[in-house]
Amino acid sequence: MKDFLQTFKSAPPTAWFGMVVIAVIALTAVFAPLIAPYGETQIVGGQYEPWSDAFLLGTDNLGRDMFSRLVYGTRNTVGLALLATAIAFGAGSVLGIVAAVMGGFVDRFLSRIIDVIMAIPSLILALMLLTIVGASVASMIFVIALIYVAPVFRLARASAQSVVAMDYIEAARLRGEGLGWLVVKEVLPNIASTLVAEFGLRFCFVFLFIAALSFLGLGIQPPTADWGSMLKENATLISFGDITPLLPAAAIALLTVSVNFVVDWMLHRSSGLKD
Amino acid sequence: MAKIWILLGERLALGLVTLVVVSALIFVGVELLPGDLAQQILGQSATPETVAAFRRELGLDQPALYRYMNWLGGVVHGEFGNSLANGRPISDLLGVRLKNTLFLAGFAAVISVPTALILGILAALYRNSIFDRLCNVIALTWVSLPEFFVAYVLVLFLAVRISLFPAISSIDAEMSLAEMLYRSFLPALTLMLVVIAHMMRMTRAAIINVLASPYVEMARLKGLSRMRVVLFHALPNALAPIINVVALNLAYLVVGVVVVEVVFVYPGLGQLLVDAVSNRDVMVVQSVGLIFAAAYILLNLLADILSIVTNPRLMNQR
Repeated sequence: MKDFLQTFKSAPPTAWFGMVVIAVIALTAVFAPLIAPYGETQIVGGQYEPWSDAFLLGTDNLGRDMFSRLVYGTRNTVGLALLATAIAFGAGSVLGIVAAVMGGFVDRFLSRIIDVIMAIPSLILALMLLTIVGASVASMIFVIALIYVAPVFRLARASAQSVVAMDYIEAARLRGEGLGWLVVKEVLPNIASTLVAEFGLRFCFVFLFIAALSFLGLGIQPPTADWGSMLKENATLISFGDITPLLPAAAIALLTVSVNFVVDWMLHRSSGLKD
Repeated sequence: MAKIWILLGERLALGLVTLVVVSALIFVGVELLPGDLAQQILGQSATPETVAAFRRELGLDQPALYRYMNWLGGVVHGEFGNSLANGRPISDLLGVRLKNTLFLAGFAAVISVPTALILGILAALYRNSIFDRLCNVIALTWVSLPEFFVAYVLVLFLAVRISLFPAISSIDAEMSLAEMLYRSFLPALTLMLVVIAHMMRMTRAAIINVLASPYVEMARLKGLSRMRVVLFHALPNALAPIINVVALNLAYLVVGVVVVEVVFVYPGLGQLLVDAVSNRDVMVVQSVGLIFAAAYILLNLLADILSIVTNPRLMNQR
């Protein structure tokens, strides 16, 4: 416990900033209905009303309260990004470890498929897949998870391969343990720390990706509040010199910057680099 | 020397195979489209006779493999088929827009690559100084900003608050080069800002990595100036990773244009792709996707080849 506190004390200001922001955003997401003064899709006033006491950040293109939507958007945008990242990580790391443990044909087959996915730029691949399955939240999650399985697979396979060469794996094999035991009990615990650090980084990418897709009108669909589509819906206000539409984008930027700061610090610590 | 040609040929063949696999994947994807393509276009109310006639017109009554070969053959000759939305030949749409997109990406690349390299070298040269730390924090922040945020901030400050540049970059072929550069300045600046940060960080990291090696210390002990050590001793050995990251960022530019083009209503391929996806115009999506994928694979291939060429150890493999 003391070591733990010591570690936190030694964190640079950027990492502190990141942790505070992440905590605030997480709390906002959890307690969204308590914080937001109005409902998510409730129409409460005229179009584009200015900032006032009643509407903290004014109203949007349909007369909904901007502040409430921003608060609910935290839940939707961050929640979906977490879900998509978790699916990609679950599938990617299991497949990666299986490929490393089994080797041979399975390994080569899976690797080639992943190579093809990695060869197409992810946004283009997502747009093509979304044309095929149609734009909706479920299909977006599926498409993003599918795309991000590729980098996770590569990482998991590469780190698992060095573990698979160890003697205790050989011993477990000779004992007659099955594939499931080898993957979950022998290899996974040894590469878990690598995967956790990667999770933060990948979450940033997925989060930005969802925001970009929603911004293009192909991700989270209205009337659900979401930071990417909120910017799109209210973009006209920008040409009048109003900064309100930029707030959801600023929230996206703030969260990604924060996660990056924290991950940067963690990588720095684990690599033991002084530069 | 013969080995290098074999190596290059291998990479080239691999790139070509990837491209063919990708094209097949795109084609199969469209095949998997729920329901029949003809039915989808004509709507539920179409009579079976019209659907059958339309299918014949599109060639949908032919076997899939035949159609794939036909499509691929057409693509090689620059014939992409007709758009489903308006029936116009896709190659007409693509020509102008491809040029516009390449113009935008090229504009951004010409300025951002030298800037990023110079900043990265300076940051490595004055490591741990205020300048270096500032560059680092700004770059780290910048890398995590979504493109559309950067784009709209630029619009707000450089187009609305101070009317320096147009917020909507409509360009056409009749404009002079200066006019085109002026109109596409904001989207290009957005792209530059997004890629410079990443390239700068990687350049700095690559050079600092080399600075730790004994021969650099030797050069320093000889009494050479910092500038000379970094430029003539460290840089050549850091070139391979730097070239790699530059090429990757150029590839990113080609893809990153999609979002930026939508923000600035720039008449490029990205805008076309997004419109086609919303209309579910599969023929256009198929073609544009293939072009983007080809550009991406080509640039990655280039990165691969250049890093082999700049690394004597890989050139003279035994």
